[in-house]
Amino acid sequence: MTCLHLLLTLVFAVSLGTPVEIQRPRGVPLTKKQFYEESKPFTCLDGSRTIPFDRVNDDYCDCKDGSDEPGTAACPNGSFHCTNAGYRPMFIPSSRINDGICDCCDTTDEYNSGAKCENTCKELGRKEREVLQKMAEITKEGFLLKQQLIEEAKKGQQEKQSKVTDMQENKKQLDEKVEALRTVKETAEQPEKEAKERHLKAWEEQKAAIRLEKDKAKMAETFLELDDNADGFVSVSELQSHAELDPDADGTLTEIEAQGLMGGAEQVDTSTFESVWPKIKDKYHSEVSREEADISCLEPAPVETPPDEVKEPVVDNDSEPYPEDDISEEEDEDDEDEDDYHEDDDKVSAQPTIKTPEKTHEDEEAMPPYDADTQALIDAAQKARDDFEEAEKALREMDDQIRNIEKELSFDFGPDAEFTYLYSQCYELTTSEYIYRLCPFNRVSQKPKYGGSETNLGTWGSWSGPENNKYLLMKYEQGTGCWQGPNRSTTVKLTCGKETVVTSTSEPSRCEYLMEFTTPAVCQEPANIDPSPHDHVEL
Amino acid sequence: LFFFRMGLLSVVCVSLFFSSTFAVDRGNFKTCDQSAFCKRQRALKPGQSPYRALLETLELSDSRLTLQLINDNNKVHLLLELYRLQGNMTRVKINELKPLKPRFEVPDVLIAEPPTEPLSVLSKDDNGVVLSLGAENQRLIVSARPFRLDIMEGPEVLLSLNSRGLLAFEHLRLHKDTLDFSLPGVEHVYGIPEHADDLKLKTTDGGDPYRLYNLDVFQYELYNPMALYGSIPVMLAHNTQRTMGIFWLNAAETWVDISSNTAGKTVFGKMLDFVQGSSEKPQTDVRWISESGIIDVFIMLGPKPSKVFSQYASLTGTQSFPPLASLGYHQCRWNYNDQEDVKSVDQGFDQHDIPYDFIWLDIEHADGKRYFTWDPHKFPQPKEMLQGLMDKRRKMVSIVDPHIRVDSGYKIHNEITSKDFYVKNKDGKNYEGWCWPGNSGYPDFTKPEMRAWWASMFAYDQYEGSMENLFTWNDMNEPSVFNGPEVTMHKDALHGKWEHRDIHNIYGLYVQMATAEGQIQRSGGVERPFVLTRAFFAGSQRYGAVWTGDNAAEWDHLKISIPMCLSLGLVGVSFCGADVGGFFKNPSTELLVRWYQTGAYQPFFRAHAHLDTTRREPWLFGPENTALIREVIRQRYALLPYWYQLFYQAHKTGMPVMRPLWVDYPKDTATFTIDDEFLIGSDLLVHPVTEEGSRGVTAYLPGAEEVWYDVHTFQKHNGAQNLYIPVTLSSIPVFQRGGSIIPRKDRVRRSSTCMENDPYTLYVALSPKKFAEGELYIDDGHSFNYDTKKEFIHRSLTFANNALTSSNLCPDCNFLTSSWIEKVLILGASKPSKVLLKMDGKETPVDFEFDTSMSVLTLRKPGMNAGADWTLLLQ
Repeated sequence: MTCLHLLLTLVFAVSLGTPVEIQRPRGVPLTKKQFYEESKPFTCLDGSRTIPFDRVNDDYCDCKDGSDEPGTAACPNGSFHCTNAGYRPMFIPSSRINDGICDCCDTTDEYNSGAKCENTCKELGRKEREVLQKMAEITKEGFLLKQQLIEEAKKGQQEKQSKVTDMQENKKQLDEKVEALRTVKETAEQPEKEAKERHLKAWEEQKAAIRLEKDKAKMAETFLELDDNADGFVSVSELQSHAELDPDADGTLTEIEAQGLMGGAEQVDTSTFESVWPKIKDKYHSEVSREEADISCLEPAPVETPPDEVKEPVVDNDSEPYPEDDISEEEDEDDEDEDDYHEDDDKVSAQPTIKTPEKTHEDEEAMPPYDADTQALIDAAQKARDDFEEAEKALREMDDQIRNIEKELSFDFGPDAEFTYLYSQCYELTTSEYIYRLCPFNRVSQKPKYGGSETNLGTWGSWSGPENNKYLLMKYEQGTGCWQGPNRSTTVKLTCGKETVVTSTSEPSRCEYLMEFTTPAVCQEPANIDPSPHDHVEL
Repeated sequence: LFFFRMGLLSVVCVSLFFSSTFAVDRGNFKTCDQSAFCKRQRALKPGQSPYRALLETLELSDSRLTLQLINDNNKVHLLLELYRLQGNMTRVKINELKPLKPRFEVPDVLIAEPPTEPLSVLSKDDNGVVLSLGAENQRLIVSARPFRLDIMEGPEVLLSLNSRGLLAFEHLRLHKDTLDFSLPGVEHVYGIPEHADDLKLKTTDGGDPYRLYNLDVFQYELYNPMALYGSIPVMLAHNTQRTMGIFWLNAAETWVDISSNTAGKTVFGKMLDFVQGSSEKPQTDVRWISESGIIDVFIMLGPKPSKVFSQYASLTGTQSFPPLASLGYHQCRWNYNDQEDVKSVDQGFDQHDIPYDFIWLDIEHADGKRYFTWDPHKFPQPKEMLQGLMDKRRKMVSIVDPHIRVDSGYKIHNEITSKDFYVKNKDGKNYEGWCWPGNSGYPDFTKPEMRAWWASMFAYDQYEGSMENLFTWNDMNEPSVFNGPEVTMHKDALHGKWEHRDIHNIYGLYVQMATAEGQIQRSGGVERPFVLTRAFFAGSQRYGAVWTGDNAAEWDHLKISIPMCLSLGLVGVSFCGADVGGFFKNPSTELLVRWYQTGAYQPFFRAHAHLDTTRREPWLFGPENTALIREVIRQRYALLPYWYQLFYQAHKTGMPVMRPLWVDYPKDTATFTIDDEFLIGSDLLVHPVTEEGSRGVTAYLPGAEEVWYDVHTFQKHNGAQNLYIPVTLSSIPVFQRGGSIIPRKDRVRRSSTCMENDPYTLYVALSPKKFAEGELYIDDGHSFNYDTKKEFIHRSLTFANNALTSSNLCPDCNFLTSSWIEKVLILGASKPSKVLLKMDGKETPVDFEFDTSMSVLTLRKPGMNAGADWTLLLQ
């Protein structure tokens, strides 16, 4: 039978450097000592019942709230207080009393379990003070840096703001300039257009005259060609030798048909042939060109180059060595491959597919150069155009710049714009396998250390810290998709540090990354913290 | 873990494929029609059997009867052997008299050659022989022409073999065999796991037979007879009068056809038959078809369910007695990424005050899937990690799969190669297949020397970085071969002189056997092993735990976990569980909570999740859900003494831990098909909530004589009724049987080991006759000393005549505990005037409280040691 009597503990509290003994039941914090008076019955702290005081810490749970067993594991919902002199006091669940595991650095939780615990409070306290001190230093320095960052950001912001204002002013001027130049251009283009049209019309007329000449020449030539017997007449039979002129396309040019073409005459002389010529000139094959055609038929057909056979890689199920890594990784890569594939696809379709049309053979002689007056008008118009385009380009560039600055200004860079300096920067961390890259307010990516394509782990989404300080977490979303899973995303956890560095990355859940990032921008104003917590002894 | 089978080429374009496919690809797995031998043998129609018993060849020795059978069609002679086994069993063996090539007989499943009892011939004539089968008026009738066997008790035929004439014994090169069993008067048959199906087996007319062929099935479908990861060829037949079992000892691919003459008849139709008196007797016919081996059947005649369990246990052994900690909660995930991750999950449990005992590492922990090694980047200091867990009195499991990476830089591979321990392909070269590491060899676990070597690899100096709190998980041991037929090994691969087809279903058992042996050996035979396996066979219960493989985060998968584990329990495997939360996909919060509530009341309680799922440690779903999960895990821990005691019983007697209701209420036909609730032991009835958005469940409380107490409210309900229970998300309907005493440890701590010396609270639930009994079992929780040195406490607790008495069930046992009895709750009590504790000849008064509204008497701190003799008197 285990019988645990009411155990009163001697607590050594360091107060003003003098040890003081304060007696109270085991596991009770000093702040609650008043409720545990040995001389009186004990009332559960929730007031639910009153029990004799010898039932306090008797290893049986009488109070629903567990308050009668502050020093034993009897109550499922109780808690045990360790003073942890030299370190900081804490409460642990009652279930950790005498469970064989040292939870309190002052060893008071393991008083009956046989666990060999050592009092580590002093050591812990010392370490904690060191850490706190270091933290305080970091915070202090970080906070100073943060002030600078804020200053710079404010300055930068103002500069940018005024730059935008200036630019907008400039832009107005540019706008006006563009409009003015547009008018100049249009004014110059009107006479240019007219002159060009004039020139073109003259050229067209000249071309028509030439064409008529040519036709006449061809007619005369044809007459001579048809007039086989050179009697100065083209006869029906002479015409019949040109079966291609057959009007009903039955393959033969009958006498009647030939006569019809000749306007009912048996033969025509050169002047009458003028009326026959329009009926036959489209179909007529010159005897010379016919021969040429025959010759061309004999030319060997161009040798078709066989298209490069697209050789599918022959994969032999039985002999192909199995990938070194596990399947899922393999699949992962495939996943990426697939993306690559799409990219390639885009590249392919982006290639020019429309060929420049070849110049037609019928190209007539080139248009004669413009006369000096016209050329002068063209030159003037061209200059006006160039001026206009240049101004317009400058305007566009100005617009872009304004938009970029406005975009930058629109980001939430923190309450004091302290995160501004991160904008358009990138920070890398190299692990055993990958290089991780964080470009704040832009994207997070991962690249295998030893070659391989980059994977997007998410693009800037939003600040997503807890309500009281959303600037402690950044969320990057919609990265490369995962097989059977979500798109990759990254949470960046920001902690105070003097330097701006990515300190670690992990993938706690498949395709959900966690990155730890230190920056002075989250350093809080150091409170006047006392670096020796053990002085705060409860009273 | 799973592998989704597809053409190997398509591995390349896997992402295109996976997104749209989320179900088993049936095309990858054979139907009976696609299995030549199944189709051919199934095509045999009932009728005149060509087999004839040659009575003149009958030889009867003391324990064995032999007789030749002849197939009149081909004149092939078979040898029939009949044994009467101790414990009311009959063994029937049929083999070729002169086989051209010897047939495989499955070794290592029976724990010993079953002891026989004398057979005697009662009568014999030209038509047959009548043999006496023991005391209960049982006879075995051998009919000569055509050959059939009937087992009778009095005038009743209990079971007939070859009554439908389906005996077929293909010989020559093909070794297929078939035999039919008729079960007159039986409408309910159970068992032959593993199938994702109801508890009561369905008739297979018009569909595929139940298939037994250990396979790695990707995203298995529910409610069908397809083969899964394990096979136990044991079927139980039950009616109100009797429970019997058929154990078909054959490790080859096996199909089981079930037909029934009452199937499809409505209750009204059956009633009409009964009223008109015209009815044929209900009968279930079962046909077993195996691809190779001999016919070796054990007929277990019961008659009580508990008797069938002990009969089967006498053949194949009982559930191994697990270390107590392994009955706690297991936290698993594919994968805990690295040591830091393990540490932070471990801390997460403490931060949220949730107990757990084991954290698990899946395949990514090993260096390039080379088992017995650690990834040097992710787990550079495994001992440091294990020590960290040990400091918290917690444990770890690492996965060790049987596929071995072919890699000349890998010690395990090199040793297996040099010892020539790999399975061979048909050409005699080492069989190689693809699995997680890529090209892999498969150790021939059928070889005893191989198993001994494998076991030696678990020694602390061999398995570097291992410590005594590291245990093992054997996955993929069907064996899974990604590029093999049906994702498993080619049937013509060679294990010594036997083909893989002969031994397929037992491969996984051997893997777990060798692994468990390794764990025992590393401790010098002192510590109990813990090994989880996915593949199993008859006898696997001797080596550890089993889980239901790669399920999914769906409500139906939660539901099916109940019949799947019940079916396994009926055939010996008590240590069963399903992945809590579902392996594939992300569970809704409600499903996850409900799954914890269900899993906490199933024997093996492990949460597990696929690599591609989002994290789901219990505290990631908001404080309310964390509280719900914490609460049910704490309920589990409080009940660990009861679970442990039930496992001790299972280990001693073969009684399943998690049972269908009919096992304890064999005459109550209302219980015969229930598989949405179950019993833990005889004393706890659990009806988990497995419907989404459920506002209430209807639980059947069995037993007209029984009362049941709600374990949360202590409200009393009568038995033999359907009870509607309104539920909220926090409800998990559990009832304690009136007449039982359950010991609990209500001081839940962060791991079971931390609770070792904690006091007990006894929950005494009185029957209407104001009686209750129970047991208390205590040992060190982890060693074999309970067995080798009788170091345990086993006490009987009885409440009768207003006195609760603890008496020693094992007077020559020797174990000291510092646990004591802190509280006794008596449910259904009346208020006493005085309570006295009688111990060591002294009487001391005990404080008590009485709650009149629920009639609960609470005895305050009686304080006796849990191992002492004492009596509490209520006056």
